[in-house]
Amino acid sequence: MQHVRTSGPRDEVAALDVAGVSHSYGPKRALNDVSFSIAPATFTVLLGLNGAGKTTLFSLISHLYDTRRGSIRIFGHDVSRASGEALRRVGIVFQARTLDLDLSVHQNLSYHASLHGIGGREARQRIAALLDTVDMQGRQHDKARSLSGGQMRRIEIARALLHRPSLLLLDEATVGLDIQSRAGILATIRKLVETEGIGVLWATHLIDEVEDGDHAVVLRQGDLVAKGKVADVVRASGAGSIRDAFSKLSRIEPAGSAEISP
Amino acid sequence: MSAPAMPEKVAGIMPRFEKFGLRHYLICLKGVVLRECLRFLHQRERFISSLVRPLIWLFIFAAGFRQVLGVSIIPPYKTYVLYEVYITPGLCGMILLFSGMQSSLSMVYDREMGNMRTLLVSPFPRWFLLVSKMLAGVAVSIAQVYAFLIVAWFWGVKAPPLGYLMVLPALFLSGMMLCALGMLLSSMIKQLENFAGIMNFVIFPGYFASPALYPLWRIQEASPLLYKICLANPFTYAVELIRFAFYGQVDWLSLGVVAGCTLLFLAAAIIAYDPSRGLMTRKQDTGGNA
Repeated sequence: MQHVRTSGPRDEVAALDVAGVSHSYGPKRALNDVSFSIAPATFTVLLGLNGAGKTTLFSLISHLYDTRRGSIRIFGHDVSRASGEALRRVGIVFQARTLDLDLSVHQNLSYHASLHGIGGREARQRIAALLDTVDMQGRQHDKARSLSGGQMRRIEIARALLHRPSLLLLDEATVGLDIQSRAGILATIRKLVETEGIGVLWATHLIDEVEDGDHAVVLRQGDLVAKGKVADVVRASGAGSIRDAFSKLSRIEPAGSAEISP
Repeated sequence: MSAPAMPEKVAGIMPRFEKFGLRHYLICLKGVVLRECLRFLHQRERFISSLVRPLIWLFIFAAGFRQVLGVSIIPPYKTYVLYEVYITPGLCGMILLFSGMQSSLSMVYDREMGNMRTLLVSPFPRWFLLVSKMLAGVAVSIAQVYAFLIVAWFWGVKAPPLGYLMVLPALFLSGMMLCALGMLLSSMIKQLENFAGIMNFVIFPGYFASPALYPLWRIQEASPLLYKICLANPFTYAVELIRFAFYGQVDWLSLGVVAGCTLLFLAAAIIAYDPSRGLMTRKQDTGGNA
């Protein structure tokens, strides 16, 4: 198993290692023998149309579903066998809004901190610092219900970072947001990769969120059809841009795999 | 935008985390209980309706039936008691029953709305998270029972002063059993709309087929079959446990049944919420597209 990118000469542990993972809902196959790994401190885009299997993959990585075929490791910890150790290292922003609307921003974040064993002054300090990070300082006493969609997302990102994870999973985090909010959230996450060394798996079907320097994993109807550096994926697919490559790779009719290995 | 310092984090090196100790578990438990209490306080209608329901039974039903339903001297009572006094333990049980089911409703709601996911992706063991959630539900239930008992006291329905303290463990254990049952049921309910079935198939039969409103000997006289159903109903034992506790007594059979059912329901709920074995895996109802 090779990383989508290795960030240095050291033989380092993969931030996320997905090996031969398959998953079915009854007779319907949602993921079919998916394998890839991502290195720490890299931004990896998980591309796929609706129904490609992105959310299923996220549910398996976050141990909401059990991995029945294949294995998933987060910094070497098997999600099925050592879920506690694995989940301590991962922060998750789900596709659906998961803030408690009746509670304030601070109460939502405190609750999450307690779910990771962080309490008291330490929790308060982390909350204050992270609200600053996501440009939501001064809003901690506002009810979650009073926030806009973009602001809620920022709070969810702050929440996902509270326990200082080394891997951040974001499932369609910018869906339903305006262009400005999307750009702001994307910039915040990219900065975290640079400054904090956090590995990011960013699931989206919005191709304009992909940059040339990113790494990409492309799913189509549960099959992994491409992985590698964006430029390599574009070249291997025979397209002129990542937009064209994604269109080509996402076609429903049978197509050859454009698997890229670094 | 500034970013918080993360001293343990260096790209490419496995991050180290302090091992969870008792302190961390207590922080988690406190957080879950606090959230449930805050949610309850924010939902005033829920608090009012939880109080009004038993009070209607006490003020209207019990007053109306006082002359119709005579209650002979049966343990734990040593004298004739007013019908209001007789049904008060049953009404405490009713609050716990509704509250336990309400917490299961909130779990289904949390699952549909996605909030459940934030709980289930916590690194603490799944069983601990579910027990914490259950304890939070019980804490809220007991607060409702005592609010009801205060109003009943002003209405003239008074237990022995020490009984208010002695009943606390019985309320706790009964609340645990009913919350565990609610949690188990929540794992089986796929959609919020299906919750109405719980009202029809669990709450009403559970409540009426019990000694909450009439003594078991009267039920036995009226219908031997119904009497057997009452004996098979765990809620029967919760009511009797509470009734005896008000008078500083322990009904050992009830204690055994309630404790046993609590363990049984809790074990089943933990299995049901286990991603590798439970119903969650079969139904795959955590949301998302695919």
